Amino acid sequence: MQHPVLTPHLPRLRSFLGVVDPVSLFSLAVVTLAVGVALFGEWIAPYHFSAQNLTNSLQPPSWQHLFGTDQFGRDILSRVMVGCRSIVGLATASSLLAVILGGGSGMIAAYWGEMADEVLMRATDLLFCFPSMLLALLIVSALGSEMVYLILCIGVIFAPGIARVVRGVVIDLKTREFLEAARMIGSSDSRILRREILPNLFNWLLVELTLYFGYAILLSSSLGFLGLGVQPPSPDWGAQISEGRDWLVAAPWIVLFPALAISTLVVAVNLLADRWMATLRR
Amino acid sequence: MVQFVVRRLLFTGGVLFLISLAIFVVTEVLPGDAAYLVLGKDATSEKLALLRSQMGLDRPPSERYLGWLGGILQGDWGESMILRRPVWPLLQQRLANSARLALLAWPFSVLLGVGLGLAAGLHANRWLDRTISALVLFAVSIPSFVLAVLLILCFSIWLQWLPAASMLAAESDFWSSLRFFILPTLVLTVISSTEVVRIVRLSVIDVMHQDYIRTAKGKGLPAHTLVWHHALRNALLPAISVLALNLAFLLGGVVVVESVFAYPGMGRLLLQAVTQRDLPLLQAVALVSAALFALINLVADLLLFSLNPRLRSL
Repeated sequence: MQHPVLTPHLPRLRSFLGVVDPVSLFSLAVVTLAVGVALFGEWIAPYHFSAQNLTNSLQPPSWQHLFGTDQFGRDILSRVMVGCRSIVGLATASSLLAVILGGGSGMIAAYWGEMADEVLMRATDLLFCFPSMLLALLIVSALGSEMVYLILCIGVIFAPGIARVVRGVVIDLKTREFLEAARMIGSSDSRILRREILPNLFNWLLVELTLYFGYAILLSSSLGFLGLGVQPPSPDWGAQISEGRDWLVAAPWIVLFPALAISTLVVAVNLLADRWMATLRR
Repeated sequence: MVQFVVRRLLFTGGVLFLISLAIFVVTEVLPGDAAYLVLGKDATSEKLALLRSQMGLDRPPSERYLGWLGGILQGDWGESMILRRPVWPLLQQRLANSARLALLAWPFSVLLGVGLGLAAGLHANRWLDRTISALVLFAVSIPSFVLAVLLILCFSIWLQWLPAASMLAAESDFWSSLRFFILPTLVLTVISSTEVVRIVRLSVIDVMHQDYIRTAKGKGLPAHTLVWHHALRNALLPAISVLALNLAFLLGGVVVVESVFAYPGMGRLLLQAVTQRDLPLLQAVALVSAALFALINLVADLLLFSLNPRLRSL
């Protein structure tokens, strides 16, 4: 028999993920599609993303080119598909990094309190004083636009926000009886953190990861739009929209399809985060 | 109470110092120093060394940092390397431009954010709330540059009602150039009111469940008195920090939207400094935007403190 006092209030992962309703299904489908295209886009794209065909430039969407062609006659669909990899990869890696950095520091700050808490929270206060775009521009200008640095940059920018949330949750967990019980039976700090706190934190971290995955797509595509993202010739949704602005009159589809891709993906991700958050708060 | 204010002021002072240090360190890491950038790729090492000592770049970093900070404190912001102009007048002009845009967008975002947040919070989980929350989710999910480009496509190209770029002529008066402001203001209002809606909605829901509201309801107060006199006052407190952050963002952080509309504000100046590697300009713009953030935050905290009697016993 389980002691009710000792059972942590951990919502089962299955009930948490298995909220089956049309909206969640749509969101999951979009995210799965994005991940699939990110993984295999290069091979399933109908054309090579940089294959130029100047006799066929600025064509509206047709059966040959579902999304139309740009000013060099390149196939927009293929460019959107190949561009998916860099943005989804960047967003995944940087939001994971942010969750690890922010989650780790938030956990440490809340668990040990006092000095560690004071130092880490003042550090996040300081980072919050920089608008995220300013911080991104400073870091990118210092390090350059290579993928690794972009990941590092976005991860560091988002970490403080996650640290605050995790700190709040851990401070709340610290007052629960099951933690008291773990301490009573002589568990070490690292065991308590790994075996008692981390499993209870898992769902929160998953929600934060989803939320910041969406933010990372927004920030990295904005950097791409400003010309500071993934460098050409590899296609980037933000950069595609920026370049397409010169052809808005003649060929709005150059802008419309990447815009649709970013917006749909972020809407889906945010809908998922929203649902999961609601399940967690319940 | 005095203790709180003093602590907060000291903290802001410390933050400003750390901000300046952080900006200096980051721009120090930049590959290629100022002398290298001035002379270009084919500079000989003798010429580089000469120019470095002329520009004072051979001094130790701590000395240069103090020199830079000291200069700023005395009103000497240095000279832009690319534009070959003093930085300060340029900053003033761009800040004034951003302020014009902020003065249009910020009040709208306050009204829209508080209004929608209140409406959603008072009708929590009913269709009005669901509609507003869905709209907010969409507004948060669409990147600002996508929204801006779509609006340009719609209103400037298809309908041809409004200009796509803000060509600010120096001599044109405010009202005749108002047309240029409509689209940027619209985009900025949308992106800065979403967070306000969310926080006002949550705090209205929270406040409406408090005991004193139940008492007021029990007394038979009419709904509008209940909302305007009792609920709204408390519900707006958490929104103050978000509104302050928005103002700071509008004054110094609108990089993307200002670039889309080619608007000569602080954000575009920052981008220009980054892409042209104009170090003195980059340091100055970054310092001003971050300092604005810190100072506006300070004002918001003090305002919150004076508005909320419960904090005064601290």
